Amino acid sequence: MSIQEWTYLLVGITFSVYIGIAIWSRVGTTSGFYVAGRGVPALANGMATAADWMSAASFISMAGLISFMGYTGTIYLMGWTGGYVLLALLLAPYLRKYGRYTIPEFVGDRYYSQTARVIAVFCAIFVSFTYVAGQMRGVGVVFSRFLEVDVTVGVIIGVGIVFFYAVIGGMRGITYTQVAQFCVLIVAYLIPAIAISWKMTGWAIPQIGFGATMLEGQYAGMALLETLDAIHRDLGLPEYTGAWVDGKKSMVDVLAITMALMVGTAGLPHVLIRFYTVPNARAARWSAMWALIFIGLLYTTAPAVSAFARVNMIETLNEQPYSAAPQWFKSWEETGLIVFKDRNGDGRIQYSGNADTNELTVDRDIMVLANPEIARLPAWVVALVAAGGLAAALSTAAGLLLVISASVSHDLLKSVMWKDMPQHVELRMARIAAAFAVVIAGILGIYPPGFVAQVVAFAFGLAAASFFPILLLGIFDKRTTKEGAISGMLLGIGFTAAYIIWFRFIDPTATADQWLFGISPEGIGTVGMVLNFIVAITVSRFTPPPPIEVQMMIEDIRSPIGSRDA
Amino acid sequence: MSQLSSSDTSDDARRQRSSHAHWRENLRLMLVLLSIWFVVSYLLGIVFVEPLNQFYLGGFPLGFWFAQQGSIYVFIILTLVYALAMDRIDRRHGVESGSAASQSKTFSEKSE
Repeated sequence: MSIQEWTYLLVGITFSVYIGIAIWSRVGTTSGFYVAGRGVPALANGMATAADWMSAASFISMAGLISFMGYTGTIYLMGWTGGYVLLALLLAPYLRKYGRYTIPEFVGDRYYSQTARVIAVFCAIFVSFTYVAGQMRGVGVVFSRFLEVDVTVGVIIGVGIVFFYAVIGGMRGITYTQVAQFCVLIVAYLIPAIAISWKMTGWAIPQIGFGATMLEGQYAGMALLETLDAIHRDLGLPEYTGAWVDGKKSMVDVLAITMALMVGTAGLPHVLIRFYTVPNARAARWSAMWALIFIGLLYTTAPAVSAFARVNMIETLNEQPYSAAPQWFKSWEETGLIVFKDRNGDGRIQYSGNADTNELTVDRDIMVLANPEIARLPAWVVALVAAGGLAAALSTAAGLLLVISASVSHDLLKSVMWKDMPQHVELRMARIAAAFAVVIAGILGIYPPGFVAQVVAFAFGLAAASFFPILLLGIFDKRTTKEGAISGMLLGIGFTAAYIIWFRFIDPTATADQWLFGISPEGIGTVGMVLNFIVAITVSRFTPPPPIEVQMMIEDIRSPIGSRDA
Repeated sequence: MSQLSSSDTSDDARRQRSSHAHWRENLRLMLVLLSIWFVVSYLLGIVFVEPLNQFYLGGFPLGFWFAQQGSIYVFIILTLVYALAMDRIDRRHGVESGSAASQSKTFSEKSE
């Protein structure tokens, strides 16, 4: 069977499973729709959180990015896992104990203020839409490359599937499809990684093979990472494992970006609401641990994949005649994601760190998808990777859409406009909001605003600068007042957004010298977060303390069990 | 009557003291684990990466290994230790999930 037939088969099977789960888990109550009736076991929630979290970016783009960044790729590896330590220790158990439906709802109750809640709703919706556009784009890319359909058709199929299980099944449907999607995506990620590691180093565990010696080729017997450093030196590129060398990010910037990604992770609403679905605070602690194990499985494999792919790509292509380039090279060339320009006219592909003589441009997004083909693995493995990429994109999209839907139906319609809306009406509103959000997400996927990649920096920066400090202070500092929280959030968001807009859109050519403390727009969320903390704490000390009911509520959420007399 | 209510108050007071002790132990545990989190990720993985790279772990320069592998293993261990240690702290203070008190629904679900 060809790659394309295998892809149709595997994508067909996995999509049928998702639809089957959606029909089995359809819901009829708001509690079922928003929080899966709070009956999700810790282990299942761990898997669902992992799939919810690991997006098209983690699955498709991350290893490719690291492959080109070397050591500096650490910002993603640590940034997107370290946040779970913050979640597990500082937020998840307490938000579960509080136990309503949305994150803005917690902000509104804890800060006894509709204004605070509405600000939080807009942050949640903005962050989630930013993110979801990227997912739908990922769906489109996979479809167009592997099934050779138009990106638009691919996005419409993806939208159709998500529509079905998110609108019918709500959080319950999303949770159990995410469990299935996690299984698909992790198998799809590990199989090629294991096969390549085995081939190149003789180790079946990529995490070990990554640090082992090469088996074949001109570098046989040399450590893989040493080989990479040597190849990079020959090509005039900065050493792969080198940290503070020319052409890489500075230490300050790496620190700031890592912190912004960690804190942003802990402040993303679609991840936080997953912890509302478990039975109690203890289950929230355990499911954060399970989630990190499942995420760690992919995140410790990713840098190994990056290194293998890097060696393979350079060895397969550099100095090879263009006419003899492998089939995958041609396929990706057609999508425009690989570009070869024969500058010196010798008919050979020359890859170099020197921009004037380099002839090969490879889009970072294709490394994971192309890797099995580069390593000449069988067709079904290539197809499995396509199915895995779709699982990663769809699972994250669904989680984000639920946040948008709940923000509209529960936080805006019910709490602001129609306080005594009956449950069945709210449920219908939630479904309509979800349906609308799916359609808008699809449109954003088909007509992506040119700056999708750039706005992702927004999502983390804003989550770091808005939600995280307010949630943390809300639990750990009884004295933080609504005035403190509102001014902290506004300043954090305002500063971060202004900085990103300035250096991304108005003055994108600015160099590190013009950045504040040498921090790039990706890392500025860290400064926004610090400002938010300082302002929230200071303003709180000059405003009247929160009412006694709020202080009692904080006492209550700090204890893992029991209930306050209400 | 008066005796009954006074024993009620002392029960309340005891419960409150226990819940404060529970919170303090929770905070202490958190601070220890977060310090490790900070040292491993920001110090070993970033600030001291170059000096550490002079040492090797198999074919890995050590600093590079901490940044791209070790830190993630440590993060997993930290969340595991937290979940286990909190279960013990909960039990010691009689607030473990599954005890009689936890059978009642949480405050918010009750008021819904």
